[in-house]
This record gives sequence, structure tokens and C-alpha cells, in this order.
Amino acid sequence: MRARPSDYELVIPHTLPAVLSLLGQEPGVWLPIAGGTDVMVQYAAGKLGRRKLVSIWNLPELRRIEVFAAEIQIGAGCTYTDLSEHEVVNREFTLLSRAARWTGGIANQNRGTIGGNIVNASPAADSLPALLVYEAELLLVSSRGERRVPYTGFHIDYRKTQIAPDELIRAICLKRRFSEYYAHARKVGARNAQAIAKVCLAALGRLADGVVEDIRLAMGSVAPVPLRLTGTERIVKGNRIDSWLVQLARTTATAEVQPIDDIRSSARYRAAVAGNLVAEYLEQLERSSN
Amino acid sequence: MSESSQDAKCEIAFTVNGQLATVRAYAMERLLDVLRHELGLTGTKEGCGEGECGSCSVLMDGSLVNSCLIPVLQASGANIVTIEGLACDGHLGVLQQTFLEYGGAQCGICTPGMILAAVHLLRKKPCPTLEEIREGLSGNLCRCTGYMQIIEAVAEAGRRGAAT
Ligand SMILES: Cc1cc2nc3c(=O)[nH]c(=O)nc-3n(C[C@H](O)[C@H](O)[C@H](O)COP(=O)(O)OP(=O)(O)OC[C@H]3O[C@@H](n4cnc5c(N)ncnc54)[C@H](O)[C@@H]3O)c2cc1C
Ligand code: FES
Ligand code: FES
Repeated sequence: MRARPSDYELVIPHTLPAVLSLLGQEPGVWLPIAGGTDVMVQYAAGKLGRRKLVSIWNLPELRRIEVFAAEIQIGAGCTYTDLSEHEVVNREFTLLSRAARWTGGIANQNRGTIGGNIVNASPAADSLPALLVYEAELLLVSSRGERRVPYTGFHIDYRKTQIAPDELIRAICLKRRFSEYYAHARKVGARNAQAIAKVCLAALGRLADGVVEDIRLAMGSVAPVPLRLTGTERIVKGNRIDSWLVQLARTTATAEVQPIDDIRSSARYRAAVAGNLVAEYLEQLERSSN
Repeated sequence: MSESSQDAKCEIAFTVNGQLATVRAYAMERLLDVLRHELGLTGTKEGCGEGECGSCSVLMDGSLVNSCLIPVLQASGANIVTIEGLACDGHLGVLQQTFLEYGGAQCGICTPGMILAAVHLLRKKPCPTLEEIREGLSGNLCRCTGYMQIIEAVAEAGRRGAAT
């Protein structure tokens, strides 16, 4: 059933401290709304549990990308368009700019934010595998102060995260040390734009003298949370890529994912695709050195 | 301007098609409904109501957005352009003209959103390639035309300098 606007409250405090003080006064009562591309869909379906919303859309403190020598800090309120148009993101974090261009149509990219994608915590979300392989860190802010936490482990279970009810994500920090890596992203879905992925992969790897010196693999839609394939990485790391290793990585990845059956696909199909995507990446990584 | 709506409507002001508009609405009313019902701008259409189809697309501060996903309070102070804002003194804009000539509109439900998406695209890329047109319109669905006529209409508008 459709929601009735008169049942809901929405306020716009306009500054970050004012938002945080509201969240701090009544933790768990106020729901932040940024671009609204997830919240408004739930609202339209009459499935939005909370009745009090606080807008964080376009808060200047959340909508900037700061470039430092060792890392960049992407404001959680940056949209997909902000990301895909940013020079450093485009040059050094191609997995993220690619995911940004895959996330719905242009109107969605103009409103959807990276912070919203993280906290909405869909296992199918496109930018989250990229954040896993870049080993992002999150700056979480509340009226109590700020803390910095690794993004790895932020998703505890299906749609559950470590964020406290009075906290916001202020920024996502990415270390600037991946320009030498071979980056690769793939989204397998009914179609690229708009469609929710059946499986998506973000991968980074680096060879030295033909040996895999470092490799990072993460996938969406293959587990209750965005998944880093650490088991498969262990098998590959320190070895030369040959057909035997590719085959072993494929079967390891197929076993490592924990997909489900749903309306978009079956668990068996997803596991097979996961294995194939890993194999495809390793073959490309090997060729990239020639 | 009041910015809270506990059991009450609030007064919200924004610019629509160059004119200042002030409405009394619940903060969580969708911009789409306010445009259509409060302001009578029924050119903006509702298809899916959940961000998938683009028929409710408008420009907000120059940026293409789906008005079905915008709580009207978030539009306060914004500059909004709807399809009604594109024709000038009864003369069609270039895109409206090329859509007409190339058969880019059949039933017309998707057309306002398509044209606004195309305006947004041509402002960023005045002479887009076919691939860029496809990407720029990928959030706008059409059940009638099969898209080719729409893409050609946008390409032609680019050639005629619609962006300038
Ligand atoms: C048509 C359509 C297509 C889509 N396609 C894709 C797709 O291809 N891939 C994909 O991954 N997603 C897709 N999405 C989902 C959505 O666009 C993204 O998840 C987007 O990033 C959400 O951001 P938002 O700012 O709109 O979030 P909102 O809807 O505003 O918020 C989502 C959640 O995050 C919380 N939140 C937002 N910002 C913060 C913050 N800074 N700190 C703490 N909490 C916060 C909110 O409280 C809420 O719980 C699609 C959505 C639509 C409608
Ligand atoms: S009605 Fe808004 S996107 Fe379909
Ligand atoms: S003309 Fe009918 S939906 Fe496009």
C-alpha cells in the first residue's frame, strides 16, 4: 500500500553538526535520507518503517572529495556522477568510477550517493566490491566524535552494518597505491544500466616476474554481504598463472561463494559465473604482463 | 519558510520554468505530485513511481532527476525545469521538433522524460555519439518506439545545435 505523506516528517537542518545533534538526541528515531534512491522506493511501497526523516542531501561537509598525498577522502554524500567525473577517481580508482557508471540511469547517478549505497547494504550493490578490494576505511561521525573503521567487516550480516544509530558515514578513505595494479570489473546482469547484477566482480592484481605478487577479488550478489574471496586469493598469490592454477581458482571460487536462489537468478548459476569471472580475470592478468 | 511538517503542511518555495512558485505541501510529498497536482504541470508523467522508467524526469538545478523519488522539501530553493519550460512562446524547442520529425514519440508517456534526459545529455555533450545517446537515455524506458527513432531524433538535435 502506498505511503501517506501526512504520516511522515522530514526536516533539513542544513549543517552536519545540526544533523548529528538531532540523531544524537533520539538515536534510532530519525532516518537519514541522502539522494533518496533507496529510501523513496521503500517509501513508495509503503515499506518505510521510520516516520521521521532527516535530509543530508547536499550537505557541503559530505559532498566533497579531498585529495591528499597518500589517500583520497570521498564524502559519503558524493553522487555517482561526482565520482565518475572526478579526475583522481577516474585515473586511480577505475573500479569505483566504472561501478558508478553502472549504477542505474543518469538520473539515478545524479542522486544516488556512495554513502547511501554502503548503508543500504544490498549484497548486490555495485560499488561495494570495489571498496572491498581497495581496502577502504570509513570515517564515522556522531555528536560523540569521529572514528575510523576498516570497510572490511563493516557488513555484519544481510543488510546489517556496524554503524550506530546516531552515526553517519562522513567519508570513505582510499589509499593511493593501486595505480600499478591491473584492475578489472565485470557485471553480469540482464543489462548493464539499471539492472541489478546477478553477479558482479571487482578485481585488482599485480605480477612481478610472472608471479602473482598481490591479488584482491570481491563479488556482489554471491553472499548475504559483499564478499571478498580470500580463499581464492590465497590459492593464487605467490604463483604463476597457468591453466592448472586458473582451473583451481575457478573451483575454489565456485565453492567459496554462498549465493542464493532469487527472482534474478539461481544459486548454481551464480556460483558457476563466480568461478568463470575469476578464471577470466586471471587469464587477462596473465596476458597483461606480455 | 517553515521546514518541518509535524501533522502539518509547510510552505515550500522553488523556481519552476523560470517562475517562482510557492506551495503548501507535506514535506514528504513527491515533487512529481506537487508539480502535477498543485501546479498543474501535467507534462511530467508517472510511469513506475520507483525510479525505473524515467517518465517523471525533470531538471533540478541543471541536473536530471526522477521527480517520483524527490521529497518536495528537498526541492525547496531549487531551480526546476519541466517539459513545459522547453517550448518558448508556443514555438517548439529543437528536440521537440526533431522528436516530431523522426517519430520519436508515439503514445507520448515517455516523451517528456526522454526530452529532458536529452537536454541534459546535449548540455554535457553537444554532439553525442550513438553510444553516448544510449547511455544518456538508459534510465528512460519506452514501450512504443523501439528507441531507434528517439536516438536518431537526439542525434539530429545535436547536429542542429540544440545545445547552444
Ligand atoms: C532505478 C534504480 C536503479 C538502481 N540501480 C542500482 C545499481 O545498478 N547498482 C546499485 O548498487 N544500486 C542501484 N540502485 C540503488 C541506489 O541507487 C543506491 O544504493 C544508492 O547509492 C543509494 O544512495 P542514496 O543517496 O539515494 O540513498 P538513500 O536512499 O538516501 O539512503 C539509503 C540508506 O542509506 C542511509 N544513508 C545514506 N547516506 C548515509 C550516510 N552518509 N551515513 C549514514 N547513513 C546513510 C539512509 O539512512 C538509508 O538507510 C538503484 C536504485 C534505483 C531506484
Ligand atoms: S515514475 Fe519516476 S522513474 Fe518511473
Ligand atoms: S512513446 Fe509510448 S512509451 Fe515511449
